[in-house]
Amino acid sequence: MNNQPGDGYISYLDYQGKHRGILSWLLSTDHKRIGLMYLYAVIIFFFVAAFLGLAMRIEKMAPGPDIMDAQTYNGIFTIHGVIMVFIIVIPGISAIFGNFFLPIMIGARDVAFPKLNLFSWYLYITGAVLGVLSQFAGDGPPDTGWTFYVPYSAESATNVIYALTAAFILGFSSILTGLNFIVTIHRMRAPGMTWFRMPLFPWSLYATAWIQVLATPIVGITLLMVIAERTLNIGFFDPALGGDPLLFQHLFWIYSHPAVYIMILPAMGIVTEIFPTFSQKPVFGYGAIVISSIAIAAVGYFVWGHHMFTSGMSYWSRWFFSFLTFIVAIPSAIKVFNWVSTMYGGAIDLKPPLLYAISFIFLFMIGGFTGLALGSLATNVHLHDTDFVVAHFHYIIFGGMGFAFFAGIHYWYPKIYGRMYSNRIANIAWGILFAGFNLLYFPLFIIGIQGMPRRYFDYLPQFTTGQVISSIGAFILISGLILMTANLIYHRKRGAIAPANPWKGVTLEWLIPSPPPHENFVEIPEIKHKPYLFAKTEPKE
Amino acid sequence: MSTVHSHSEPQDHAADKLGMWLFLFTELFLFGGLFLVYAVFRSQHSVSFHNAADELNAFTGTLNTVVLLVSSMTVAMSITAVRYGERRKAMLLIGVTLILALVFMINKYFEWSHKFHYDLYPGSEVMMNMEHGEILFFGLYYMMTGLHALHVLVGMVLLTITLVKVQRKRITVERYHLLENSALYWHLVDLIWIFLFPLLYLVT
Amino acid sequence: MSKSDTHISRYRELALVLLALLFLTLLSVLITELHFGALSVFVALTVASVKVFIVLLYFMHLKFESLLLRLLVGMVFVLYGLIIIVTFIDYFFR
Repeated sequence: MNNQPGDGYISYLDYQGKHRGILSWLLSTDHKRIGLMYLYAVIIFFFVAAFLGLAMRIEKMAPGPDIMDAQTYNGIFTIHGVIMVFIIVIPGISAIFGNFFLPIMIGARDVAFPKLNLFSWYLYITGAVLGVLSQFAGDGPPDTGWTFYVPYSAESATNVIYALTAAFILGFSSILTGLNFIVTIHRMRAPGMTWFRMPLFPWSLYATAWIQVLATPIVGITLLMVIAERTLNIGFFDPALGGDPLLFQHLFWIYSHPAVYIMILPAMGIVTEIFPTFSQKPVFGYGAIVISSIAIAAVGYFVWGHHMFTSGMSYWSRWFFSFLTFIVAIPSAIKVFNWVSTMYGGAIDLKPPLLYAISFIFLFMIGGFTGLALGSLATNVHLHDTDFVVAHFHYIIFGGMGFAFFAGIHYWYPKIYGRMYSNRIANIAWGILFAGFNLLYFPLFIIGIQGMPRRYFDYLPQFTTGQVISSIGAFILISGLILMTANLIYHRKRGAIAPANPWKGVTLEWLIPSPPPHENFVEIPEIKHKPYLFAKTEPKE
Repeated sequence: MSTVHSHSEPQDHAADKLGMWLFLFTELFLFGGLFLVYAVFRSQHSVSFHNAADELNAFTGTLNTVVLLVSSMTVAMSITAVRYGERRKAMLLIGVTLILALVFMINKYFEWSHKFHYDLYPGSEVMMNMEHGEILFFGLYYMMTGLHALHVLVGMVLLTITLVKVQRKRITVERYHLLENSALYWHLVDLIWIFLFPLLYLVT
Repeated sequence: MSKSDTHISRYRELALVLLALLFLTLLSVLITELHFGALSVFVALTVASVKVFIVLLYFMHLKFESLLLRLLVGMVFVLYGLIIIVTFIDYFFR
């Protein structure tokens, strides 16, 4: 196979297309450039939202108003949620790593609809900008929380419409990305790459893409209905006009619960790539991982009601949703066993990507188990709307999706930029992040059980210890984030030149030069065997 | 959107079609959300829904149904015409489809303005004094038919583009996928109306 | 080459499909005149479903498409049905 750098090799970073300068990025339909544009946008918004989170933690250093009043706090947790959920974690992995690596890993030159892909990015930016605008324009920052629950969201005098429209546009962008990936996977796999020869990251993106396509429109229409309710006085959810607020919660969570799987499935896909590479061992239970991805996507579609146990649903409904919530834990657990078994007996190389991937398992497990505490009806009544919930979903979303994202960026960084970051700094940053993360969120479990409600800017004196520890953790976490990002940014152009395959990986992206050339492959490879066959682990006889 | 191709790959008809169908799925779920809301409210306020639906003119609704069904056939026939290489016939059929779409919109305009004439619109005094179920029904009526009308407009734009491309011989016997996808979109508009019609106009 | 690329719907065939659809429309209008009471919703929706099925098969050409596409379309309708059912677990038993 002739995919090594030859005479004509020009990396996608140096490739000169029709346009020059900044336009060669803004008008590029190259999936790798689009992936990087998503990456930069996500990093910027992530730091904005992270500092908003830090502001909340500073406010909670002591009881009573410290640096802001209640209304400001409401605005901050709303925009923190909107940015983090709609702008960062939902598009995060699939739009960045999915765009960059999906075509390469299945042996294609690009996604199925490259122009549509660029269009999704523009929709994404439009939605993101509109979301930020909601903070400044008109009647003050929205204060409904990212969930936009009616009737309050229909009545609040703040800029709710901006935020709703932003979420609607971001949803549309997410749909188009999902659509693109499904068609890409169906139509553009390299010759010989059957479905069960496909690596597992593309598999997880495939399951995710289906949720994106089939769940997002529901929230789209729901947000439109709230907009109609605010502007045209149509009573869908307003009890004064006969509407049903609980129906909004149903419709909202029909999307927003599967959205959790839009976040976590690609994260699982990333670590599934990392464990075999850093253990130099085939992934344990390929079929089980594929099936559990699809099972999570399918069952995860029908557990939305577990956000509404205390909202007044029928008894049978609560029973049903609680039961399915426990069922959906099974495929997640299967994956954990697979990852651990993959490492068992392997030649483990504890590089930064693996460190992040292992801490992903640890944090995801804590998040998962506390999720079961929330999923059982009796304990939910006690824990609902407390800081326990906040801690739980941060363990899943930040500890799970976030750490997997960090694992991914450290894993694929040499491929993306053709340079190496400093391993030493990456390890130190990981230590700070991991310590800061647990210090920040673990106390919230405890004060949550003790009764600290979420979304309050003030608290009773007995929660002070937990709140202060948590706030200290926030500072540590932020400094870890800054160190990690600085390490990556600094070495982007100054790091040591990375070889084509620094980790001895065997999926297709490691067979082409770093950074990849414009259309990835000189010759499309022909796939003759299953993925994850490492040289050392061939049968010994 | 489905005309976009990777620069280096040969045109992939099946990919275009799959992409279009996936897009149609999202459209179905968009309306699906509204149908779900309709189902819930109807089960809670069946008598009011009955009374409110009586006020809609079943004849107008039936007329629009027939118009959309016929237009669906003409657009399906235009594919046949293009594939037989009968360019003029194809243009005629797409043109007829567009005219029927226009008839649908005009009919819809008169239907809505008739209601506005009697102050029957969301937020009006007349409507605020109605029963809850009737307010919900008319809210849904405006939202569903409004969103549907928006889709009719989008479909008309798509078909117009297609018509121009047939005329300029950009859509030919070998390359008819844009027409096929526009037609699929148009059928979807029809398909949603097939459900809307009995739910809003007939079930009394 | 798949069936969908070789099959061309005939004009006559399409016209017959339209006739069937118009007939079903007429049927559903007439049926509602009969006032079946609670059953009328059910009947109207059944007729509408048959119409949608016909549109999908012939106008939208699904009858001649790949098995994959047909399965996906079927799956989407099943999924939507499940959403309705699961939501109504709440509303029926409340």
